[in-house]
Amino acid sequence: MEQYINLFIRAIFIENLALSFFLGMCTFLAVSKKVKTAFGLGVAVIVVLGISVPVNNLVYHNILAPGALDWAGFPDADLSFLRFLTFIGVIAALVQILEMTLDKYVPALYNALGIFLPLITVNCAIFGGVSFMVERDYNFGESVVYGIGSGVGWCLAIVALAAVREKLKYADVPDGLRGLGATFMSVGLIGLGFMSFSGVSL
Amino acid sequence: MASAKEMKSVLFGPIFANNPIALQILGVCSALAVTSKMSNTLVMCIALTAVVAASNFFISIIRNHIPSSVRIIVQMTIIASLVIVVDQVLRAYAYEISRELSVFVGLIITNCIVMGRAEAYAMKSTPFMSLLDGIGNGLGYSVVLLVVGFVRELFGSGSLFDVQIMPLVSEGGWYEPVGLLLMPPSAFFIIGGFIWVLRTFYPDQVEPKE
Repeated sequence: MEQYINLFIRAIFIENLALSFFLGMCTFLAVSKKVKTAFGLGVAVIVVLGISVPVNNLVYHNILAPGALDWAGFPDADLSFLRFLTFIGVIAALVQILEMTLDKYVPALYNALGIFLPLITVNCAIFGGVSFMVERDYNFGESVVYGIGSGVGWCLAIVALAAVREKLKYADVPDGLRGLGATFMSVGLIGLGFMSFSGVSL
Repeated sequence: MASAKEMKSVLFGPIFANNPIALQILGVCSALAVTSKMSNTLVMCIALTAVVAASNFFISIIRNHIPSSVRIIVQMTIIASLVIVVDQVLRAYAYEISRELSVFVGLIITNCIVMGRAEAYAMKSTPFMSLLDGIGNGLGYSVVLLVVGFVRELFGSGSLFDVQIMPLVSEGGWYEPVGLLLMPPSAFFIIGGFIWVLRTFYPDQVEPKE
């Protein structure tokens, strides 16, 4: 149990997807103008990461990993070179299914997440989370915890940035730096703040 | 066939005047984490330029046969296949660098520059022009990344391409390295500064007041 809590805390603070691996930056910078929309997107990312990391974990360990096709009578098969194509397909399909399910059964949530769901397919944070899961060889339980934890971390980061940007519009920024430039600088400062967590030993 | 002038603007426009990272916020996603060393940065830039150019070219060849309702998935498949090729080549010929880049080669798939150019340019242009557009955007991305990599490696560890330029204090030299530059957040400060410089020279890129 302790190892799961450690992994959860590490995924949120120390190895924050957005601030220490720069994942999901496009949407991170584009959709962080208002706290409310940022929070909506953050929740969508938590949901999609929490589902797609464990699902891809199952797919990888049962079909793609070297020797995984033993149950089907191909003990020598190694399909791991197909993993990029498979993961992106699984993520795209999951997002599509999630969108249709929410539309049918939870219309309120669907309207809230609405435009963000399709965007998430090409969000590097999802694909990055899945790739890290394979690279670090997490088992199924760890992948569930890692998926949710890294999603929460990403959500925290985008909400923090949106809050800073809401205040930043009252500041008198030099012309060339206004908008994107100042946003980059703020992300850097938030990232520095999160660096202080790296001293926490678990 | 397009005129030479148009070809030139398609190829060189994205480098400064219409830079994908500085102006369109595309493709910042995956690759900033690889800029702490010039050698990794250079490999990443070459890989990305190759993928954008090839994906633009192939998508443009079959653009008239792709039904618009499934175009995203078709584009994704082409891009993912190209990235697999790049990844396998890197593993075969540059294994060390491939280990260091780890997941970031795979993340070229979700790099918004590749998708963005396929969707915005390759779907409506001839194959040759799309190829040029892909190379141009790859170069625009490379310029930003190489600048960031140059500053981070030179001032962060006193070397370029692993060759020691400024001898470090810890090894009996005179240069005290700036540790901050080796940490991830420094890349944001450098890009912020890069945008500032760029917009001082191209004032029309300055964003209007809200």
